[in-house]
Amino acid sequence: MSAVTPLLQMKGIVKRFPGVRALDGVDLEVLPGEVHCLLGQNGAGKSTLIKVLAGAHRPDEGVVTLGGEEVRPASPIDAIRLGISTIYQELDLVDGLTVAQNVFLGHEPSRLGFVGRSEAGRATRGLLTRLGHGEIRPGTEVGRLSPAAKQVVSMARALSRDTRLIVMDEPSAALAHDEVANLFRIIRELTAQGVAVIYISHRLEEIREIGDRVTVLKDGRTVAVGLPAKTTPTGEIVSLMTGRSVEHVFPPRPDPGSHEDRPEVLRVEDLAVPGVLAGVSFSVRAGEIVGLAGLVGSGRSEIIEAVYGARRFTGNVLLEGRPVGRGGTGRTVRLGMGLAPEERKSQALLLDQSVTRNISLAGLGRYSRLGWLDRRREAADARALVERLDVRPGDPDRPVKTLSGGNQQKVVLARWLLNERRLLLLDEPTRGVDVGARAELYAVIRELADSGIGVLLVSSEVPEVLGLADRVLVIREGTVIHQGDARDLDEHRVLDMIMEGGAL
Amino acid sequence: MTESQGGAPASPASPASPASPVDVAGPPAGPDAPGAAAPRPAPPPAARLSRLGEVPHLGLVAALALLAVVGLVTVPDAFASASNLVGILSLAATIGVITVGATFVIIGGGIDLSVGAVMALASVWATTLATQSYGPLVMIVCAVLVGAGAGLVNGLLIAYGRLVPFIATLAMLVAARGLAQRMSDRRTQLVQQGNQAIVDLSTTRVFGVPVLVYIFAVVVAAGWILLNRTTFGRRTYAVGGNPEAARLAGIDVRRHTMWLYALSGLCCGIAAVLIMARTTTGSSTHGDLYELDAIAAVIIGGTLLTGGRGSIVGSILGLLIFTVITNLFILNGLNTSDQLIAKGLIIVVAVLLQRRSLRSPT
Repeated sequence: MSAVTPLLQMKGIVKRFPGVRALDGVDLEVLPGEVHCLLGQNGAGKSTLIKVLAGAHRPDEGVVTLGGEEVRPASPIDAIRLGISTIYQELDLVDGLTVAQNVFLGHEPSRLGFVGRSEAGRATRGLLTRLGHGEIRPGTEVGRLSPAAKQVVSMARALSRDTRLIVMDEPSAALAHDEVANLFRIIRELTAQGVAVIYISHRLEEIREIGDRVTVLKDGRTVAVGLPAKTTPTGEIVSLMTGRSVEHVFPPRPDPGSHEDRPEVLRVEDLAVPGVLAGVSFSVRAGEIVGLAGLVGSGRSEIIEAVYGARRFTGNVLLEGRPVGRGGTGRTVRLGMGLAPEERKSQALLLDQSVTRNISLAGLGRYSRLGWLDRRREAADARALVERLDVRPGDPDRPVKTLSGGNQQKVVLARWLLNERRLLLLDEPTRGVDVGARAELYAVIRELADSGIGVLLVSSEVPEVLGLADRVLVIREGTVIHQGDARDLDEHRVLDMIMEGGAL
Repeated sequence: MTESQGGAPASPASPASPASPVDVAGPPAGPDAPGAAAPRPAPPPAARLSRLGEVPHLGLVAALALLAVVGLVTVPDAFASASNLVGILSLAATIGVITVGATFVIIGGGIDLSVGAVMALASVWATTLATQSYGPLVMIVCAVLVGAGAGLVNGLLIAYGRLVPFIATLAMLVAARGLAQRMSDRRTQLVQQGNQAIVDLSTTRVFGVPVLVYIFAVVVAAGWILLNRTTFGRRTYAVGGNPEAARLAGIDVRRHTMWLYALSGLCCGIAAVLIMARTTTGSSTHGDLYELDAIAAVIIGGTLLTGGRGSIVGSILGLLIFTVITNLFILNGLNTSDQLIAKGLIIVVAVLLQRRSLRSPT
């Protein structure tokens, strides 16, 4: 390995966020012309690491060298000037501009301030041809392109600058099968020209096909550097990714089968969303926690959204025997469902407003007489819930944005405890919550179930699903590929199933 | 653009709770003390003190006081007279009523450009000979219904027709003016002798203050109650602050949005009654550019143009600042063009100051 000078070296990178060490000493070494795969579970630090590389975050400690020189990209523009391009999952193209305008956005070829349109068009055509997509016309509006074509445009943009290193964050997530093949062809051509690629994906089969070497991250640390991508056994990679250093403390579960005589709260029959979900059937009983395990994009969040009435679907969703139908979220909330959505800040909270107002949001009807709010009762109930869930700091008048992630999530749960709920849908309930606060949340969730509420839980973290749920559904590509007691599964097997589709 | 995966935001504005003054002053939040959930008294005095800096509208009141001082120094006799102060309130009443409605719409995350035109249409409709033949009460009901109806149309277009509020209300602005011109044949319509009761609203005084000022006060009070003491008001903040969260909490965001515009229209209808009282006419030229004054008052009052934050009291203070400035310029015999320049500056300064105060508490 020492024969070639590494293109990129990251050593001892540390990045702290309030309450969390997102990166805790990460090493990464990328050679020119290689496809280097970055593996790790959600929360392992992959996204943070590439943001450090892209200049979006500044590391607190550690050294980054590029081509032998130490660099400190302080902004995305800096990183681009250094020759590092990042293609994010959510493509950052401007839909209203043309392909050529997007490719040269920010560095338009210009003469005396006038954009050289024909020149940009010509150069874009050249880049697209080099990527094997001469059929994409530089004058087309990007909004009209397919996701695959947009990705090609993103790559053309990366190439339009003098790029030495391209970072791709789950580039295949939005692509169909044959489009992935084309992506790989492009990657091979790029690497043949000496460009290095950092490739992030959860799909082991892709890594085997395109990758040269693999670095594995776990809990913000590097646990393996430069493994051969083609030959390292799956078992070894999965063990490296799992077996966390921090043991989660899960509350005790009731005995298996103890829910069987409880009434069914939710029944889902043949649920389908075109292009996303097909033939999903399951049920949740009172007092039971059912976990959905699967990759991002596997359809787990869509199941939750459809059940909650926030997404159109075909098939039947019955809450205590009553069809949810098309009444939207207003109806599902009236019937007795509650949702803690995935993006807490953008989907659940009124950040500027007080804890009390956030708690009462879904239950304002309780305090209203002819529209008049009984604010005293509202405040009393909020205070009681803040104490019951031990929200800290315990001041219900505080703006909710000053609370930590875990306490914000408690506020969201409190919202649904205010009203009697039959079913709670929890989408990534511990995202952005630090390890210590998680145990508390787990206890709260179990307590809710014990009080007779059915809980449907989605999490990207397999240990969380296995540790918390009574029953687990494994989702892959929009279908349920396994359904069974959580105690009969282990992390290794679930990861195998969701990453490789290997049946049991 | 880059979707952050969990983790706290690294932006400088990240809520650093440990350093906040309230936190320091509060009781030690012993995380492992089992008795932490003990009775929780009102916030300790120090915490309350630290909130004193956040007394709402302190800056606006100070600005208004400053203007009063300017008035007392430059034109003491004219400014401080009872008739001048009542005049200021009468002048503010019409736009004031509109401002109440505009505050709701803007807190709810929208904008209503059609307010002036809708008011003009309502005044014209209510002063047509046909309507006037039914007497003053029907004229008032007519003005209010026309306003509310136009607002409802705005609401339907925006909530269910998915038009951008700016566009929908811009269309209404143009169309309502046109309709008002057609109905009145571009003539100013006088309130007739038999319907003097309407004009009496501005001439009859109770305790020296014209009735229309009381109407203004009632609308402000009703608006304040609706916004702060009812579920409707609470939902308005939710819908404007985070429509997705409101929807997922089971609130019918679209229906609520529709009612917000209807409410704004209703206020325009009431404003039409006031302008008929003050000018004794209905005209398609009434209320020209009122939308800008109303929006400016709301913004100066601290309401976020993006929604979710704001208050009626702030809006009214903002409006009074504008009105007092106008008054001072007139009393001092200054150029009306300079007055516009001053108003423009005030908008910018007010927003800059508010942005600073928004940032500091976190």
